[in-house]
Amino acid sequence: MAMLSFEKKYRVRGGTLLGGDLFDFWMGPFYVGFFGITTIFFSFLGTALIFYGAAIGPTWNVWQISIAPPDLSYGLGLAPLKEGGLWQIITVCAIGAFVSWALREVEICRKLGIGFHVPFAFSVAIFAYVTLVVIRPILLGAWGHGFPYGILSHLDWVSNVGYQYLHFHYNPAHMLAITFFFTTTLALSMHGALVLSATNPSKGEVVKTPEHENTFFRDAIGYSIGTLGIHRLGLFLALSAGFWSAVCIVISGPFWTRGWPEWWGWWLNLPVWR
Amino acid sequence: MRNFSMKLFGTALLAGCMLLAGCERPPIESVQRGYRGTGMLQVYNPRTLEEVRAANEVPASIPLAPGDSPKATTVYKNVQVLTDLNVAEFTRLMVSMTNWVSPKEGCAYCHAGGDFAADTVYAKTVARRMLQMTRHINTDWKKHVAETGVTCYTCHRGQPVPAQVWTQDPGPKTAAQAGNRAEQNAAAMKVGLTSLPYDPFSYYLKGEYPIPVAGEQALPADNRHSIKETEGTYGLMMHLSQSLGVNCTYCHNSRAFYDWDQSTPQRQTAWYGIRMVRDLNNDYLEPLGPTYPKERLGPLGDAPKANCGTCHQGVYKPLFGVSMLKDHPELAGAKR
Repeated sequence: MAMLSFEKKYRVRGGTLLGGDLFDFWMGPFYVGFFGITTIFFSFLGTALIFYGAAIGPTWNVWQISIAPPDLSYGLGLAPLKEGGLWQIITVCAIGAFVSWALREVEICRKLGIGFHVPFAFSVAIFAYVTLVVIRPILLGAWGHGFPYGILSHLDWVSNVGYQYLHFHYNPAHMLAITFFFTTTLALSMHGALVLSATNPSKGEVVKTPEHENTFFRDAIGYSIGTLGIHRLGLFLALSAGFWSAVCIVISGPFWTRGWPEWWGWWLNLPVWR
Repeated sequence: MRNFSMKLFGTALLAGCMLLAGCERPPIESVQRGYRGTGMLQVYNPRTLEEVRAANEVPASIPLAPGDSPKATTVYKNVQVLTDLNVAEFTRLMVSMTNWVSPKEGCAYCHAGGDFAADTVYAKTVARRMLQMTRHINTDWKKHVAETGVTCYTCHRGQPVPAQVWTQDPGPKTAAQAGNRAEQNAAAMKVGLTSLPYDPFSYYLKGEYPIPVAGEQALPADNRHSIKETEGTYGLMMHLSQSLGVNCTYCHNSRAFYDWDQSTPQRQTAWYGIRMVRDLNNDYLEPLGPTYPKERLGPLGDAPKANCGTCHQGVYKPLFGVSMLKDHPELAGAKR
C-alpha cells in the first residue's frame, strides 16, 4: 500500500515501550511494534480456540455457538478444557489482545507526541470487560460468574443476571449508566448536526465557522460549550457510560444480593417523608 | 483548576461511598441451578442466611401418644373435627397447638371460663376451621406440600396471628386532584418496594386473574394483554420471590418466561401453590370474616388471608423443608 506523500514525516523512530528498535516498523499503513505482534498472537489464538469450541459444540449455527464459563463448583481454579477451560484461555487471550492494542495506541501517541486520550478511552472499555469476566467473578468466588461467549447466549446471560436482582432498572449505577449512554447519543447527534449545519449552508451562503456554531447555541439556550469543550464533554459522557456500566454489574452480587428495588429502602426511610 | 479537580474527586469519592453505604459485602454464596454460563443461579449473603436459618429452627415435638386410650369423643364434649383421635393423641395435639399458636396466652386463648366444650371464644371456632384446613392441605394439595406437609407451626411460629397475612389494601391516601393512581407508584413492601400495583393478592391469590401475559412470538401478534396486566403479574412475582427468598431464575429462564420447557421444575410446584392459596382463601379464610372481632379484620372489613409468605416466610421451602408433619400424623388427614 502506498504511503501518502506527507505521511513520511510522521513515521518517526522511537517512542516504543518494549522491544526497542526490533519491532519499530510499519507493514503497509499499519504500525507494528511489540504490541502489534502480541495483538496478532492473542487474537489468532483466541479466535482459533473459539472455532475449536464451536467444532466440539453441538451447533455451527452462528447465532447459537456458545463458549460457556466453568461450573461454579470449579471456583477460582482451572477447569478442564471442555468444561469451561476453553472459556478461561479465551478470556486470557481476549484481555491479552485488548491490552496489547491499547499499549500499541500508547506507543503511537508517544511517537506523535500527542496526549494519551485515545488509549485511555479504550482502557475504560477494557476495564468494563475485565470487570465482567475477572473482577466480579473473583469477588463472587468463581469463574462461572463470567458471561458465555456467544451471540445469543451472552444476551440470555444478561437477562438472567438482571432478573437475579428482580428488577435491574432499580440499580442506581445502571440508572446512571443508561442516562450517560442516552446523553452521549444526544450530545453526539447535536454536535454532528451543528457541524453539518455550519458546513452545509443554504444555497448562495458561504460555509460558516465555529462563531456561527457558538452563536446558534447561545441564541437557543444562552450558552455554547465551544469547539474544544464539546469534545471534552463527549469523552466524559461516553467514558462515564462505560464506567457506570462496569459499576452497575460489579455491585450486583458482590455488594447487593437482593432485589434492586429493595435497595431503595434508605430513600423511602428518609426522615423528610417517612 | 487543580483545586477544582480535587473538589470534583472528593465529591466523586463521597458519592461512591454513599452508593455502597446501603450495600452488602463479599464473600457471597451462590448456587448454580442451570447449565453453566446461563446465569441461572441464586445469590445469597451468608450473614443474612444465618439469621434466616436461626429464625426457621423447628421446635422439638412432644413424644408420640400411646395408641390405646379411649376415643376423645367419649371423654370430651363438643369434639367435631378430631373425632378419629384417642384421648392421648387429642391432648397431645391440644398442647402442641398451644405451643405453636398461643404459647403466651395458653389454653385460655380459645377456651374460656373453665368450660372446654363451650364455643364462646371466636378463636376456638377459627382453630376448628384451621384444623380442617390443615388436613385439607395435607391430603388434597400434595402437589404443592408433598409429604413434607404443613402443621399449625408452619404459619403461626408461636404467634396467634401469622406474621405474614394480608387483607385488601385501600392504598395510601391521596389528594382528590391527584387522580386515580391505578393502585401503583406507591413503593409497597408487598411487591418488593417497587412501584408495581400494590395489591396483587386480591387479583391473583383470591381472584383468578390470568397470570401469564407474555407473548409466545417475537412480534406482539394476537397478544391482547395490557401493560397494566403485565405490571400486576410482575408485582405478584415480586411477592413470590420475596416470600421464598429466591430470584426470578429459581423458576424461570428469563429468555422465555412463558415457556414451561425452559422453566425449572419448581415452577410447577409454584403453579400448584398459587391454586392452593386461592382455594384456601376462598373456602377457608375469607368465610371466617363474620367470626372475627372487628380488630382482626382489614381496613376494608375483610378477613386476613394467606399468601406465599404466610408459610414460606422468606425460605424456598418453609422451615428449610423439615417435615413436622411426620411427628403429627393426626394433621395429615382423618384416620380411616
